[in-house]
Amino acid sequence: MSEIEKSELLDRFTYLSERESSDHLALNCPAEQLIEFCTVLRDEFQFDLLLDVTAIDWDVATPRFTGVYHFYSTVKQMYLRVASDCVDNIKPTLPSLVPLYSAADWHERETYDLMGIHYEGHPNLKRILMWDSYPYHPLRKDFPLAGIETPLPAEDVVEQTNLQVSAAPMMGGPFVSSGDGKMSQTEPKAKDESWNEEKGK
Amino acid sequence: MGEVKEVSVGDIGSRAAEADPEFKAETMALNVGPSHPSTHGVLRLMMQLDGDLIKECEPVIGYLHRGDEKIAENMTYNQFIPYTDRLDYLAPLSNNVAYAMAVEKLANLEVPDRCQAIRVICCELARISSHLLGVGVYGMDAGSWTVFMYTFTEREKLYTLFEELTGARFTTSYTRIGGVARDIPDGWLGRVDTFCKGVLPILNQVDKMLTRNRIFMDRTVGIGVISKEKALSYGMTGPNLRAAGVDLDLRKDKPYLGYENYDFEVPIGLNGDCYDRYLMRAEEIKQSVGIIRQVIGSFPEGPYYAEDAKKIFAPPKDKILTSMEELIQNFMLVTEGPQMPKGEVYFEAENPKGSLGFYVVSKGGGVPYRMKIRGPSFCNLSILSELLPGHFLTDITVILGSLDFVMGECDR
Repeated sequence: MSEIEKSELLDRFTYLSERESSDHLALNCPAEQLIEFCTVLRDEFQFDLLLDVTAIDWDVATPRFTGVYHFYSTVKQMYLRVASDCVDNIKPTLPSLVPLYSAADWHERETYDLMGIHYEGHPNLKRILMWDSYPYHPLRKDFPLAGIETPLPAEDVVEQTNLQVSAAPMMGGPFVSSGDGKMSQTEPKAKDESWNEEKGK
Repeated sequence: MGEVKEVSVGDIGSRAAEADPEFKAETMALNVGPSHPSTHGVLRLMMQLDGDLIKECEPVIGYLHRGDEKIAENMTYNQFIPYTDRLDYLAPLSNNVAYAMAVEKLANLEVPDRCQAIRVICCELARISSHLLGVGVYGMDAGSWTVFMYTFTEREKLYTLFEELTGARFTTSYTRIGGVARDIPDGWLGRVDTFCKGVLPILNQVDKMLTRNRIFMDRTVGIGVISKEKALSYGMTGPNLRAAGVDLDLRKDKPYLGYENYDFEVPIGLNGDCYDRYLMRAEEIKQSVGIIRQVIGSFPEGPYYAEDAKKIFAPPKDKILTSMEELIQNFMLVTEGPQMPKGEVYFEAENPKGSLGFYVVSKGGGVPYRMKIRGPSFCNLSILSELLPGHFLTDITVILGSLDFVMGECDR
């Protein structure tokens, strides 16, 4: 986006502010005005491609969650990043962009699944990568890398076979890492080391 | 005598059923996948069928979810390179390049000309490899087994070239942040050139077998039509978007790796149907061959990694074992990771399947704070629930084959 359009945008929409970025133009937009702003972006500024919807978990900071959108204009050949903070830390909410871009459908479901952002107005907001009854949001910073053992209910299988389904043990599977501290301590390693003869002793 | 009803041949059943509720049959639920030969991986489709007409379709994904983004947040930038192989595992070299370039953008690092040239050859060979599979398997899905055999013979030659360059046939992990793992072997460029010479006649064979093939055309022309607006709205990229008539190729629009220096054409489709998507890939292979030949013709001398990437790029092994400074540098790289500045970057590369994007949020230090991977197959598949209804059951294989997706990248 040329400098002129950028200042035009910032003048016209007083709620926008420029966001620190190492590459493309990035703007902060409050969640209430997001739909309005994105409609203008699509219809007047020709940002016709919604490439990506994601969110960042800032852990202990407030606001804790920031939704991030990447747009691309096939006419102007230009990227734009729009970020929007979620007001509530407990139940983070953002408006859904599905009415504007169909691409937002799966992206928002993914962000809801992994990060726990609720998109208001989404027609079918359910998990997409994890199974429906999964209770956690794994990309949040308070979720451990090793995962948490979770029962896999599989009601449909139980109903037909009368066999209880249990998840495979996580032994030696997913990695654990303490997260902070020195690299030597954070290096991912197997969660259960009982299989390792030396460590098991 | 009852009334005589006219039923046109093209839409057996559906229109008749609408006209007269008596004809209306019960719909049937059909589940395809997650393990099914035509889903090319672990895609699952839950459908409602009226006869063999698809009424509703709900794709279910996530069977190959490995949590790559979570893993990336817990390891250093260099350690993540092998994981990028497993995104689009049919073109690992170009994933490696896209990831390395995203982090280089964060580190504000320029790689030398020779490294860029090597990377361009890698990307284009990966594109040829991916499209050969795309076309071959697509042909097989539409009933032409022979095409598959021809293209896989060529892919085998490509794997030999990859093995010689990277040491691995499949999971290459070849690029490093700030360069590539090693220089090209002696005479490798000559062998790439020989491959390029050999692949063109094969493409002609494939062309003869598919392009004007009556059966293939009957099964693909006018099937799975995606309009320009729909494709853009669903965020499709790559050959699938170009088949719908949108001129978007990041190699032209946002040139990276010096693509602006090479002369090549970007094919654009007219109808956005399955047939166009086949033509797109067949033509792109030829363009890639042209690019590779131009790179070989002007292959620059010089280092294959950035000299100012000292703090990022692991020094050569013999130096580590003999020189104190390199030893310390290697030690710091392994224990702390390459130190990156604070900031956010988003980089996309034009991969065989579409735009593969990496959004990296750094708070400084050797580990990314947040890394989002935008897999093109994820977006390309999201259109299925709208695209499939209205088609016949037998069209599924053709439509899925034409979208040429890979689940490793979709589920991440």
